[in-house]
Amino acid sequence: MEGGDPPMIDVTLTATGITKLFNRRMIFREISFSLKGGDSLAITGRNGSGKSTLVKILCGVLTPTQGTVQFAIGGKRVSIDAAKDYLGLVTPYLQLYDEFSGWENLELLSRIRSNDFPIDERAAESLKLVGLWDRRKDMVRTYSSGMKQRLKYAFALLHRPAVLVLDEPTSNLDAEGVEVVKRVAEAQRASGILVVATSDAIEAQWCARELRLGNQTQMVTIR
Amino acid sequence: MKFVKYGSIILITFVIIAGLAIPLSPAPQSWLQFPVIPALEQKARNIFFHVPVAWTTVVAFLVSLFYGYRYLRTRDISYDIKSVSSAGLGLLFCFLATITGALWAKFNWGSFWNWDPRETSIFVLLLIYGAYFALRSALESEEKRAALSAVYSIIAGITVPFLIFIMPRMMAGLHPGAKGDPEGAGPVVQFNMSPNMLVVFLLSLLGFTLLFVWLFNIRVRMARIEYERSSHHT
Amino acid sequence: MSTLSSTYALIRKDIQSELRTRYALNALLMFVVTTVATILFALRSDQPTATVLAGMYWVVIFFTAMSGLSRIFVSEEERGTTMTLQLVASPSVVYFGKLLFNVVLTLSLTLAVTLLYTIVFSTSFTIQTPSIFAVTVLLGSLGFASAATIIAAIVAKANTRGTLYPVLSFPVLIVLLMTVMSATAKALDGEEFGAAMGDFQILLGYILAITGGSYLLFDYVWKD
Repeated sequence: MEGGDPPMIDVTLTATGITKLFNRRMIFREISFSLKGGDSLAITGRNGSGKSTLVKILCGVLTPTQGTVQFAIGGKRVSIDAAKDYLGLVTPYLQLYDEFSGWENLELLSRIRSNDFPIDERAAESLKLVGLWDRRKDMVRTYSSGMKQRLKYAFALLHRPAVLVLDEPTSNLDAEGVEVVKRVAEAQRASGILVVATSDAIEAQWCARELRLGNQTQMVTIR
Repeated sequence: MKFVKYGSIILITFVIIAGLAIPLSPAPQSWLQFPVIPALEQKARNIFFHVPVAWTTVVAFLVSLFYGYRYLRTRDISYDIKSVSSAGLGLLFCFLATITGALWAKFNWGSFWNWDPRETSIFVLLLIYGAYFALRSALESEEKRAALSAVYSIIAGITVPFLIFIMPRMMAGLHPGAKGDPEGAGPVVQFNMSPNMLVVFLLSLLGFTLLFVWLFNIRVRMARIEYERSSHHT
Repeated sequence: MSTLSSTYALIRKDIQSELRTRYALNALLMFVVTTVATILFALRSDQPTATVLAGMYWVVIFFTAMSGLSRIFVSEEERGTTMTLQLVASPSVVYFGKLLFNVVLTLSLTLAVTLLYTIVFSTSFTIQTPSIFAVTVLLGSLGFASAATIIAAIVAKANTRGTLYPVLSFPVLIVLLMTVMSATAKALDGEEFGAAMGDFQILLGYILAITGGSYLLFDYVWKD
């Protein structure tokens, strides 16, 4: 971001006793942790260990079988509905609208979210950050998978989220894209909460703590 | 439960005997004679069977709704088990009500089906039950199945009062008790039944309700056992 | 109020999307034309009575709506944009946005069918009491849209979507269909406005009950 370092946002994300069963098959149980501005958490585990599931639960897109996820901004609890304004998510499960251009996607989605910042300005900033400015008017239908991934970042960063959650952060990205993501992760660590779900050990190193999902779920400190 | 089981057996047996055997006479002298109702005569006996069965299907639906609502509030799968067990019984009783109704219609009005408001209402209930089970079979996830079928049954349930209370009043129907019914040959709505008929009728109502409770209990226990068994396999 | 502007923005997106892809519009148009044509062939030169016309009118609308109104949720689910919407809009915004879009769609549909009918059945489809007809069409469309929306949301989460939608909708819509046909017949027969008041009351009650119930239950359907 231009200018000086953005100030640290006073945000906390608390997961308490998160348990998820699918058709009685236990994915994980009793996961609890608390993150505040400046914290970063990597969620790791083999394929099928529930990383994406936990990510969806943290973002309020999937209901846990038991347990709660709570957000607080500036010390005050924020409901799940209101938390949308503070959350950014990039995941392979996210799709954007094919029939609209990159720019239109950002604009329409911002208006639906009722963002009260200057949408045109922020959209331009986001698109330039991820390197999609030149293709902003093309239909997303024509984007390559790498470009779609970049657009997802543009969308996630649009409202300068207090909490940024990345699931498989570098999938479909070329070397240049990976560099952009690294910078984004670094900037997020400096200003808010970063959560990264990945099976890549190197990406896990971007974070200070690691939650290893599996038969025995453990929380490990990396640095 | 013993009370329920024996109670329902005794009551229904009594009703079958009393309902069918007690003779009709124009001027009933004793308790053991039913009055002759002008347009209906022997066909009036249907009231001891058709109406309680129809009543039971509505009760089953309400029970299913209640447990569906409890599931939505608590996400406890045992409520869903109860909801679907009740719905299954409701479907069965609804078939019976439709068939007994159609048989009576044939004898009374000449044709099995006439689309009069009450006939239409029971048909709609049948459709709702059918749709409920169709929806459930299209959902694989247990949680989704429970939640969505509960929501659907509530939405469908919301339309039922409109049917039952409003349509018959607006449209003249063949059913006893509907608007336009000539001599008020409507023993149900006006409770013009003679006391002894009323007694048999109420006992039948109770008997069938107890039967429903009994069957419901069995189904829920069976469903629970199946549920436990299948979770040990995963 | 930001909920209002969010809802409006969502409707705008759906309308723009529809104008670009034309999935629903095309399906609806084709359906209307083919059903009316079939009716014409079946009738040959017979002119139907007012009751039959009223019935057919709503049959066309019912079947056309069945083919088109489920799209609003199914399209999001099919393309995987449900999560995207969940990230930007609260459930109430999604519900009202989709509901109002369906209202717009249904009203356009009834307009198209009315036009077609006046052209095709010009001799017998004379609306003698336009006021009854107008109110009936308005309330009927609102009723259709409100029932269709919640059921579309339910069906979008299931597997066998195609046949499931009419199966689930029909029982819920029967009350609406019967009332609306009775009122339309009155409009065609030239009865005075007051005669249809009972019908209108039922329609209004139906709309409020279904919309209210759907709004309260929508969360359970929308959130996985």
